[in-house]
Amino acid sequence: MSTNSEVADIKPPAINVGVLGWVRSHLFNGALNSIATIVVLLVAMKFIPQFVQWAFIDSVWFTSGQECHEAAGACWSVVTQNIRFNVFGYYPYEHQWRPLVAMIILVLMLIYSRDWKKWNRRLGYLWLVALFVMGLLMKGGLFGLISVETTKWSGLPLTLLLSFFGILASYPLGVALALGRQSTMPVIKAFSVVYIELIRGVPLITMLFMSSVMFPLFLPEGVTIDKVLRAQVAIIIFTAAYVAEVVRGGLQAMDQGQYEAAESLGLNYFQKMRLIILPQALKIVIPPTVGVLISAFKDTSLVVIIALYDILNTTKSILNVPEWTGFSTEAYIFVASIYFVFCFSMSQYSRYVESELEYKAEEK
Amino acid sequence: MHQFKSLFIGCTLLLSSAGLVFAGNGDTLKAVQAKGYIQAGVNGDLFGFGKADQKGVWKGLDVDTARAVAVAVFGNFKDRVRYTPLTAKTRFTALQSKEIDLLTRNATQTLGRDTSLGLDFVQVNYYDGQGFMVPKSLGVKSAKELGGATVCVLPGTTTEQNAADFFRSNNMDWKTVTIESTAELSQAFFAGRCDVMTSDASQLAGIRASSPKPDTYMILPDIISKEPLAPAVRHGDNQWKDIVNYAVLTMINAEEFGITSKNVDEMAKSKDPKIQRFLGVTAGNGKALGLDEKFAYNIIKQVGNYGEVFERNVGVNTPLGIERGLNALWTNGGLMYSPPFK
Repeated sequence: MSTNSEVADIKPPAINVGVLGWVRSHLFNGALNSIATIVVLLVAMKFIPQFVQWAFIDSVWFTSGQECHEAAGACWSVVTQNIRFNVFGYYPYEHQWRPLVAMIILVLMLIYSRDWKKWNRRLGYLWLVALFVMGLLMKGGLFGLISVETTKWSGLPLTLLLSFFGILASYPLGVALALGRQSTMPVIKAFSVVYIELIRGVPLITMLFMSSVMFPLFLPEGVTIDKVLRAQVAIIIFTAAYVAEVVRGGLQAMDQGQYEAAESLGLNYFQKMRLIILPQALKIVIPPTVGVLISAFKDTSLVVIIALYDILNTTKSILNVPEWTGFSTEAYIFVASIYFVFCFSMSQYSRYVESELEYKAEEK
Repeated sequence: MHQFKSLFIGCTLLLSSAGLVFAGNGDTLKAVQAKGYIQAGVNGDLFGFGKADQKGVWKGLDVDTARAVAVAVFGNFKDRVRYTPLTAKTRFTALQSKEIDLLTRNATQTLGRDTSLGLDFVQVNYYDGQGFMVPKSLGVKSAKELGGATVCVLPGTTTEQNAADFFRSNNMDWKTVTIESTAELSQAFFAGRCDVMTSDASQLAGIRASSPKPDTYMILPDIISKEPLAPAVRHGDNQWKDIVNYAVLTMINAEEFGITSKNVDEMAKSKDPKIQRFLGVTAGNGKALGLDEKFAYNIIKQVGNYGEVFERNVGVNTPLGIERGLNALWTNGGLMYSPPFK
């Protein structure tokens, strides 16, 4: 018998290990923490049972609006009975599988592309094909799919479309503007500064309003530009200005030595930026960038003021039917959870990217 | 219904003075016939007037008005009307910029709008007015007894101004509860956060219908504003204006004659020369408008007369449950009156 095993036989006090140990070290490690824990528990005990009672026990799920008024709890019927209008809006009823498939493709492609080690030319082509298929599904007009004009695009597909292309296009534009603002060339610098300050100086609602109300009046006779496209461009222009300022923060945080080192290696401007500066600068600003992009996602709901029916607006529309007017809480909880899923995924992804980048830096 | 009206009119005045292109006579009809459909601006969120159902099928008094115009032009409305949902702010610009051919979006006809926005209103298709709704338990029988009341009202609307004018001119105190959206505003009212709710009478009916106990609320008889809701077209295209105008009047005239979608075929055999002219049995009216001689027959057959349209969308058997009131025929004490079709 070795001395080692004798030592191993002595167990630590029960209070320090297992559930108890965890509770003690995480929830009650000090007077302040203990008080906080107790307060939070009390509050939770007060509200959670009530919420569960309301949302699950007393709730009704598949009834008419009239029966809902009888129920004591939540009326989830407002969601279930209107789900197709809520999600797809005015898209022709019998063709709603098309936006559904398009959304599934988009989500699958995003999940597939999350690991940038897979980013290569082939994936690029795959995206082009996927975008084409999605566009075809939404717009139709080919291969026996009936054409659906963009005014009928609404609900979740519209929200995703506006945010996806908004984020996709505004990020590179924002980076270019940030570089432009740092530039020594006066015209480019002036343009970038004016652009950024002008756009940041007005609210998104103004941009959307301009694009929807003012802009068409300046077009020549007979020319109309698609309403969705106009809103999309407004969102891109707006988000790019914010991305630009965030990226500028990253560029300024870079040590001057990095710039000098790159120049001393004989790299030209584009090489210097592409190989040395931007990879580091963009990495620094991942958290604020994602912040901007998440708010861009949520800001798409402002298209309500130009009568585009994103998912928030289709919900409001449902609530305007007398049968369902009283159940805004339930309907908004549903929409909030959809927004949450997407925003939370985005923030999780950014944390994943950050940790991946850290890991790589340590490996080398 | 009329949020930010003054702001909007200000903006639009600025724009129209900057040089708007007005439509030429006959342009709209040619353009509409060339593309094969009418682009109609509608509300999108107003149950009973303009709103799509769960399957995306548009319904409402304003929607049916647009359909009547499509029937007049094309002989049917299936796939002949495309709807653009518009907000109160974007509706008139959409018409000016030719995004739409016809605006049927519960717009109140006013002198200011008619003259300065580059548009023309046609025959009113709904006479509305602002009213008050109270819980019956309040024991109030007239709006004049509302002194000191807390009033639920949408902010930044003429509704708010009208109410303010009303209370001031009657020397009554009042407090407001303002919430941006109608749905939440009505929740506040039902929860008892205010004693009175004020809005257009047609809206109040819908809000009342949406309450858990509609019978415990009543709409007071006082109407404190005039809101004649009329379709609008671009200024300057008189032919198109005539077409829209007479499409609406056709429905009213049909009701005056007692012609419905059910009996129109029978009535077409009538010996009455007025009815023969009206239904296009005797030619003349169609040619005068540049339309098919059967346009009135088609409208009545496919859309119905005004009474049918009213009852189908907002009448007593709908959730809105609105009485005809001002919208009854002139022969029944209302304001709906059609000039002769001859």
